[in-house]
Amino acid sequence: MPANRFNGFTEYGIGIGLRAPHYNHILTRKPVCDWFEIISENFMIDGGRPLRILDEILEQYKVVQHGVSMYFGSAEKANREHLRRLKELVKRTKTPWLSDHLCWGSVDGRYTHDLLPMPYTFEAAKLTAQKVREVRDYLEIPVAVENVSSYAEFHVSEMTEWEFLNEVVEQADCGILLDVNNIYVSSQNHSFNPFDYVNSVPAERVAQIHIAGHSKYRRYILDTHDHPVIDPVWKLYERAIQRVGHTATLLEWDDSIPSFDEVHDEALKANKFLSSTLLATAV
Amino acid sequence: MRLAALQRTMARAVMQPLTAAERMQNTAPDGKSMRAYASRFIKPNDRLSSFDRLEIYNRQYWFRLLSSMVEDFPGLRAVLGDRKFEAMSKAYLMDCPSQSFTLRNLGSRLEAWLRKHPKWAGSKQELAIDITRLEWADIQAFDGKAEPPLRAEQLGADAGANLTLRMQPYISLLDLKYPVDDLLLEVRKEDEGTDFASNAFQEKHKRKRVQAVAKLNPAKIFLAVHRLDDSVYFRRIEREEFVILRALGDGKSLGKAIEAAFRKSRVPSAERAESVRKWFQNWAALGWFCRGKGSAVPEKS
Repeated sequence: MPANRFNGFTEYGIGIGLRAPHYNHILTRKPVCDWFEIISENFMIDGGRPLRILDEILEQYKVVQHGVSMYFGSAEKANREHLRRLKELVKRTKTPWLSDHLCWGSVDGRYTHDLLPMPYTFEAAKLTAQKVREVRDYLEIPVAVENVSSYAEFHVSEMTEWEFLNEVVEQADCGILLDVNNIYVSSQNHSFNPFDYVNSVPAERVAQIHIAGHSKYRRYILDTHDHPVIDPVWKLYERAIQRVGHTATLLEWDDSIPSFDEVHDEALKANKFLSSTLLATAV
Repeated sequence: MRLAALQRTMARAVMQPLTAAERMQNTAPDGKSMRAYASRFIKPNDRLSSFDRLEIYNRQYWFRLLSSMVEDFPGLRAVLGDRKFEAMSKAYLMDCPSQSFTLRNLGSRLEAWLRKHPKWAGSKQELAIDITRLEWADIQAFDGKAEPPLRAEQLGADAGANLTLRMQPYISLLDLKYPVDDLLLEVRKEDEGTDFASNAFQEKHKRKRVQAVAKLNPAKIFLAVHRLDDSVYFRRIEREEFVILRALGDGKSLGKAIEAAFRKSRVPSAERAESVRKWFQNWAALGWFCRGKGSAVPEKS
């Protein structure tokens, strides 16, 4: 199950997000790390230092692309220039699969640069799935959609978030990047049981898993990616791994970024759960 | 509500400016109550009203975009001061919301917008325009496209006066009324000095120093903003160099470019040929030229 058609039949282990403060450490110390996830948009450029660094990283490490502005759920058509540049980058990185979020963020050609929540309607599922298919067909690689953290729900919604996710991925026949931190954040903000979500996801479609930290406020939780992973999120991760098997796992840390070793050590805590799954499979 | 309508309704509210206290406005884009507007499409929960939930996105939008402006235009911020820079950025983003999938392009229309709205810089308008041009050129030089450079031997004299060349796409040529390169370097030096040990006093002192530097006197300069070994440099050049390079960039032949450069030049006639030779040697060494359309430059040396 872990190596499936949604992650290019790869068996990646534990990776971390490639972030600028770590460039020097990675290129000079060459630490052991299973793989790096890059934010596609940071490298959809024409030249200069970012691409030179990326090429050096690609010589030594496995890299997977993760996007933040494809906006599969925006009602408008995909931006052709975005797609053209994304395909150029895909050729450069040879990423075995590509992910972006199940959200919207642009209207009439104006970008909010945020991951705005979807209304969980059949109309939205159909339009979103159509765009996922278009993007996948254009890029010619497997695509996985990631569930986002959300702070609002809509009156028009006709189903739960996990039902909506299932509807989209079935219609698009695409993979899932299951973010267990986002599930936790949304479950606290919208008062649902996060295990209901994890238990409902079609396990055979999970290409990758995200883990991260967040910030707790008095009345809601914000997905800030600036803290270690908390225990309830590790518990969700454990459950997810029980269901989907030894799946490529990535720790996101995007703000107040500590040293490479600190971030990597936090990510490697996932090994505890992954190895127990392997043991269970062996038995 | 259909998907497109819902997204348009929410985006209008999310992109509406915050109040001075950085909260969501009480008046909606339709002129009515924002509470009523939000409750039309967002569910409340036991802790947050529809208004509260929409406000989270409204605040995130502005915090994200304003911090991107601060990151991209520290020099302009030093010229205008923090408060005016923030107010100007809000007005700019209202008029010119992002039309790109990347925040890298957020300031692409700032120079043109500032020219149309001189009230934001007041008496510092020309200085503000100059620093904005430099900061945008810096962004373009950082990650702009590089073509295979032509080597010095490919620019041989045998190519003749009809030679047409192209500048590297990442290079910007700027004719400026103020020495804003000095200003930007000073601002960056101050920013680099900021660390965890900085306290309020040091921050205030730093702001004062930057403000003092921002009070520049006019002094016309010509700059080539370029890239070498993946680092961006601001290279001051002579007026004649600027004219030749700009003319070449406009597709003029080498002969016409040189003619234009020396039309009103103070460089003595006897020194011109040697000056041109040296300039071309430097430019070629820096890799500034690439093949122009219909160029007479041979493919291989």
